[in-house]
Amino acid sequence: MTPLLSVQSITKRYGAHIGCAEVSFDLYPGEVMGIVGESGSGKSTLLNCMAGHLAPDAGTVIFDTRTDGPRDTVTMSEPERRMLGRTDWAFVHQHARDGLRMGVSAGGNVGERLMAVGARHYGDIRDKAVDWLDRVEIAADRVDDRPTTFSGGMQQRLQIARNLVTGPRLVFMDEPTGGLDVSVQARLLDLLRGLVRDMGLSAIIVTHDLAVVRLLADRLMVMKDGHVVESGLTDQVLDDPQHAYTQLLVSSVLQV
Amino acid sequence: MSDYNFAYLDEQTKRMIRRAILKGLAIPGYQVPFASREMPMPYGWGTGGVQVSAAVLTPEDRFKVIDQGADDTTNAVSIRSFFERTAGVATTTRTHEATVIQTRHRIPEAPLAEGQILVYQVPIPEPLRFLEPRESETRKMHSLEEYGLMHVKLYEDISRHGHIATSYAYPVKVEARYVMDPSPIPKFDNPKLSDCPAIQLFGAGREQRIYALPPFTRVVSLDFEDHPFEPSKADHSCGLCDAADSYLDEVIVDDAGGRMFVCSDTDYCEARQAAGHRGKDAA
Repeated sequence: MTPLLSVQSITKRYGAHIGCAEVSFDLYPGEVMGIVGESGSGKSTLLNCMAGHLAPDAGTVIFDTRTDGPRDTVTMSEPERRMLGRTDWAFVHQHARDGLRMGVSAGGNVGERLMAVGARHYGDIRDKAVDWLDRVEIAADRVDDRPTTFSGGMQQRLQIARNLVTGPRLVFMDEPTGGLDVSVQARLLDLLRGLVRDMGLSAIIVTHDLAVVRLLADRLMVMKDGHVVESGLTDQVLDDPQHAYTQLLVSSVLQV
Repeated sequence: MSDYNFAYLDEQTKRMIRRAILKGLAIPGYQVPFASREMPMPYGWGTGGVQVSAAVLTPEDRFKVIDQGADDTTNAVSIRSFFERTAGVATTTRTHEATVIQTRHRIPEAPLAEGQILVYQVPIPEPLRFLEPRESETRKMHSLEEYGLMHVKLYEDISRHGHIATSYAYPVKVEARYVMDPSPIPKFDNPKLSDCPAIQLFGAGREQRIYALPPFTRVVSLDFEDHPFEPSKADHSCGLCDAADSYLDEVIVDDAGGRMFVCSDTDYCEARQAAGHRGKDAA
């Protein structure tokens, strides 16, 4: 089986500082990979390098494209990479504001990706937008409202709908539940889990919340100071942490 | 003749502007940056158009200026007299006699011919500006031909108003490549942009951009398959010359709801009246 995404020795430096160093892993279709670590451990840098938002200093990110098979996204041309970003990839930001157009209605937000890949039939675009709002539990009568009138949880769900409407195969998520209260988090996680399973998505989730990866991720990487210190199956890593830092991380979770 | 250099600007500046114009003509619809000069008029009054006109004028030219179609409004009169004084060129109000026409917000009703140059005053040259505020990003979108966002604007129009409510500065695609802001002309004029025998030049002074349409360029207004582009005008005929095919201004004539519709193109209206056409409000 060809991995959907094969990351080899990704390194990104910020001057003398290390963003992330020598990170390698394979992600197979339908698999969800969690990346955890404390703030400043290089999780987001790694995610941005993989998603093409940052150019890594070294390493390759090989994505199994629909048409041409495995391609290195680091060296492919920018139009191709941006095309991937609109079709096969999706990126869910921590703050919905970064991923949404706040001045455009919910329907327009969902429809943007469709129009970006050439949809030119208003009725079809709108039907699809309403369908997707329904799938992320936003009432159809909110389709013409702007995201500024939505709650934080709704904005996050709208961002997810906007990203998934073109049927991507790989979703990058940067702290998708950050800044939401626990009950809203729980519903969002439930929704994400359902969508990932139904659509057979592969996902890479960056978070510092171990509960999120426990629920969603099949595999887990633990990062510290830009390096991967431990990786393995989620339950294995969380229940039997080997590295001292992972042990610290697992034991730091507050028990209620 | 005054002590100004011909057409106010110095020769080096005109050369620089002509270079930008030539580049614009070579890449129809592409916004060429140029070193816009300070002109003796406020930004927003046509500093871009004036600079382009100054660069293309020759002493043999016959110059016409229209503002919203009219030859006799402040902006048109001032710019016309500016070039009368600084260039000493002949001026006219008749569209077919003019060789260079500077315009604000309209395309003349009378068909343009080969050999004429139409110069537009442009306030905001970037059609994506209100959707994407970052210049670095809009440039990238133009270079990579990522124009999905332009349709988001039209989508928003339909979702809010039930139809495409954008009635001026209606975005167009030039030769199936660049999306261009045709300056705030009414969308009634959009079809005239396409396949026009005259050279069309667009100058934005404050934004320091020049773009151009060479003669006979294909220009298509953006739309949706189920909401096609429709040029629109007031559903009346001109009260003075009875023209049914020209773009009309609505004029309030009293405080009892009285109003009349007249051609916004004064030259077209006067020519028709001189030919004996009479509307219902003609004295």
